[in-house]
Amino acid sequence: MPANSRLAVRKTYKLFIDGAFARSESGRTFPFEHRGGITHVARATRKDLRDAVRAARAALRAWRDRTAYNRGQILYRLGEIMEDRRGELIESIARSGVAAATAEKEVDASVDRVVWYAGWCDKIEQWLSTKNPVAGPHFNVSSPEPTGVVGIVAPQRPSLLGLVSTIVPPLCAADAVVAIASDVNPLSAIAFAEALATSDLPAGVVNILTGERSELTPHLARHMDVHGLDLWVEDDELEERAADLACASVKRVRRSDPRSSAFWFGDTSMSPRWIESFMEIKTVWHPAGW
Amino acid sequence: MKVDPKTRGNGINERARDRVSVAAPPSAASNKWQYAPAPEAHDYIKLRSRYDLFVGGKWRKPKSGRYFASINPATEETLCEVADANEADVAGAVAAARTAYEKYWRKMPGASRAKYAYRIARAITERSREIAVLETVDGGKPIKESRDVDVPLAAAHFFYYAGWADKLEWAFPNADPRPVGVAGQIIPWNFPILMAAWKVAPAIACGNAVVLKPAETTPLTALLLAEIVEQADLPPGVVNIITGGAATGAALVNADGLDKVAFTGSTEVGKQIARACAKTKRRLTLELGGKAANIIFEDAPMDQAIEGIINGIFFNQGHVCCAGSRLLVQESIHELVVTKLHRRMQTLRLGDPLDKNTDVGAINSKAQLEKIEMLAATGDADGCTRFQTECRLPSRGYWFRPTFFTGVALSHRIAQEEIFGPVLSVLTFRTPEEAVEKANNTPYGLSAGVWTDKGSKNFEIVRRLEAGVVWANTFNKFDPSSPFGGYKESGFGREGGVHGLLPYVEI
Amino acid sequence: MDAVGLEERAASLAKRSIKKQSKIEGLRLAISCMDLTTLEGKDSPGRVAQLCRKAINPNPADPSIPSVAAVCVYSSLVAAAKSALRGSGVKIASVATAFPSGLAPLDVKLRETQEAVETGADEIDMVINRGAFLAGKRDEVAREIAAVKQACGSARLKVILETGELVTYDNVRRASWLAMEAGADFIKTSTGKVSPAATLPVALAMLEAVRDFETLHGRRVGVKVAGGIRTAKNALQYLVLVNETLGDAWLSPQFFRIGASSLLNDVLMQIAKERTGAYQGEDYFTKD
Repeated sequence: MPANSRLAVRKTYKLFIDGAFARSESGRTFPFEHRGGITHVARATRKDLRDAVRAARAALRAWRDRTAYNRGQILYRLGEIMEDRRGELIESIARSGVAAATAEKEVDASVDRVVWYAGWCDKIEQWLSTKNPVAGPHFNVSSPEPTGVVGIVAPQRPSLLGLVSTIVPPLCAADAVVAIASDVNPLSAIAFAEALATSDLPAGVVNILTGERSELTPHLARHMDVHGLDLWVEDDELEERAADLACASVKRVRRSDPRSSAFWFGDTSMSPRWIESFMEIKTVWHPAGW
Repeated sequence: MKVDPKTRGNGINERARDRVSVAAPPSAASNKWQYAPAPEAHDYIKLRSRYDLFVGGKWRKPKSGRYFASINPATEETLCEVADANEADVAGAVAAARTAYEKYWRKMPGASRAKYAYRIARAITERSREIAVLETVDGGKPIKESRDVDVPLAAAHFFYYAGWADKLEWAFPNADPRPVGVAGQIIPWNFPILMAAWKVAPAIACGNAVVLKPAETTPLTALLLAEIVEQADLPPGVVNIITGGAATGAALVNADGLDKVAFTGSTEVGKQIARACAKTKRRLTLELGGKAANIIFEDAPMDQAIEGIINGIFFNQGHVCCAGSRLLVQESIHELVVTKLHRRMQTLRLGDPLDKNTDVGAINSKAQLEKIEMLAATGDADGCTRFQTECRLPSRGYWFRPTFFTGVALSHRIAQEEIFGPVLSVLTFRTPEEAVEKANNTPYGLSAGVWTDKGSKNFEIVRRLEAGVVWANTFNKFDPSSPFGGYKESGFGREGGVHGLLPYVEI
Repeated sequence: MDAVGLEERAASLAKRSIKKQSKIEGLRLAISCMDLTTLEGKDSPGRVAQLCRKAINPNPADPSIPSVAAVCVYSSLVAAAKSALRGSGVKIASVATAFPSGLAPLDVKLRETQEAVETGADEIDMVINRGAFLAGKRDEVAREIAAVKQACGSARLKVILETGELVTYDNVRRASWLAMEAGADFIKTSTGKVSPAATLPVALAMLEAVRDFETLHGRRVGVKVAGGIRTAKNALQYLVLVNETLGDAWLSPQFFRIGASSLLNDVLMQIAKERTGAYQGEDYFTKD
């Protein structure tokens, strides 16, 4: 090594739970090989997952009590922060072997998608609510409310855009999220978590775990305090097992097959229906009369 | 003190029906603990001595060559000069808007329009203190209001509509929403920056280009908005801001090349504009005057209702189209309400609008002050009883003490005509049917308020009131997601919410 | 009452900007209305004696600072306070009636009250029976208050509502009214042992009840806010509430009190800052 070359400071990739970055309680990691070398990424256990769900549950009420406008501002801020961190996000994708131009396109699409959803926070209720003309002197209104804690087994690819596309819509719904990242490329998930951590998002609203998906998914699926489940599991058997375990608490489950690049980069993968998937409709009656 | 079970109440339903507070309560001015002046810092704000027109992305001198002064109504000092646009200037602005619309704005993807609008929203928030101070010195409203209400709502309005710019197919499914084209927008002096936001935000979000004319007495914050638009790199000509008086407004309404006119102001002028537009096929929305009824029942949450009544008429010195200017009191609580109102009024602080503790600022102009004084005098002449805040008025500037009249009948001028000042007319009713009937007995229909703790009564009253905005157990609440607009002679069209997109799309 | 409207009004009043001379006046008023408090299981005569010295002369470096209104202690420490406060104008307020829970037999509570008064308490801070109140047994609550009032003799009675446990403003209003009708000289927000304690909207609800009570019955009742008031700014906000709801007559220790401990030093620091222009440090103000 020449005398004047600078040594890099290597980054440790940790789990994102309750607004903080922590190693797995087990201390386990798994080696992730990429263009820059080998990184030992935290390998979450069921206890880490348990802690993440607890954090999400605790964060729910305050997140829901914020104004929709405030949630929109926070998501817009996330877009600002991600825009500012473009380089880092692009690198986190490119390292896993994706071509630089594609990585850039993926980051652009991710930022724009966040901004798109930011604008839904204070509109989703208008889009889904109705005042119902019941046959009688009663005022009757239906409107959507958050389902609660949503567990997400994120798409394997694209590792950033897929994660953003699945995590952000439940946030518009005022849900709290526990997400299991791609293990094909876990680095983008943590780079994204760092953007989340600096976006004024309250601690616990989003939690991101890296690790062995086949190990973590069943625990997420059977957790009695998780109310919604978004499965982008590539292994059919694992997916079916998770869907079965989810029945014990009548979770709202969405199951999806791996999708093409065209799907993820197009309008087909952004829709207020993705927000609606993790909302409940409440209908209220009140008499009108002297 | 022995407790007598027969007279013990629960505090909730206690009414001081048997007691009358005859003497006027002491005013804030005679309190033993006087608040020291607390002026909002403003020396860091730089006003140009002269402003030109903002047309086609540039600051252009008016072809008229004329400028007029904008003054501070609290001190009568001149703040600066602004351009007086003539017909040629107006035509130039409309042409610039047309060019921008045809060349690039109508084709720009919604996601990009959204980003521009988000930039404007964020910039308003960043420069919020500056805008608030300018709003206060230009128009006379208390800094507390411009800082806490006008400016945050203006930013929120841009933020909300930015979010619709790339979602119009979701707002109007199966309808292929497209922009209307070029809109001429005329706004009043009571909420200058807020009205500018209400007009510009939905228009540009939907892909239209605009020519905005702020009111003659309050051009400054619109001109600051022009600076913000410029710094947001909005493509030139999408937003054009031209200053001037009534003649400029008339020129804009009649200009060739407009697809739409949006007007907020008096009913009288609104009717003239409607007639001018009737000769053409251009679309029109109007947000005009009001004479809102604020109905208080004996089972109202009393002290909060008093606050709501006070806020309803004295917020922004009563320069509010949706002001609760007719108080309909259930006769059984008339004395109690009058006593509480009179007492509460005395803690209203009237004075320097830049003082953070001021509740009531200056009347916007000499002309408006004269109108208020004239109409209030008819109240005296009609035999109504006048109550007002006992306070000293500053020696310079335009001021009117918060006032209410009791003994008012529907036929009195102060019950029929919009005063647009801090003057409340108090009438009585006995039954809810009578309250609704009296509330609706007006050609106006912008807003109304109702105060009762009983849920079903609230729901029935709001169903029956002929007003575009009904406030139940609250008043003067605004939100970009909440549609605002009138029935009858208070205008047509809605601003805010999904409904606020309709005037700016072709579907 | 409408909670949203009440909270909006309180928030609006909290925005008053109190500056310069009016700030100093307000802060001095806050001190002269303070009940300097120690209510811990580990309180001893020595602790109380030192607190009393602070109460009499909060800042020896500034002789213009007034004494506080009262010292507030557990009933068994009234004698220690009396001896330490001899010759000063500072009053002794004693908590009684099985503070803070209030859950003890009535005769025990009355005896405690009597003994506190006999040993020298000028004021008694009692707690209402919240369990009975929330169960709807309002008559029982009222009777207890009246009985304690009688046991007070010439001592003034402050009735603690423990608003944090009452939860709704309607309950706060009802409890305030009930206490006033039963003879309270003061209504007080909290024991300071439960969170939330005093809040601006709760205080406003109580001030409005006091106002209506005076209009109806012609008797002035005082208001004491206690618990969680730690900053000078917050104290000034309470004073603004009193000023703009009730006016001059209540702006005195006769009818307004702030129960606090660490607040005193923050107020002293703010006064010093107003006088010198420099932000102050804790080291320059004695803890007791």
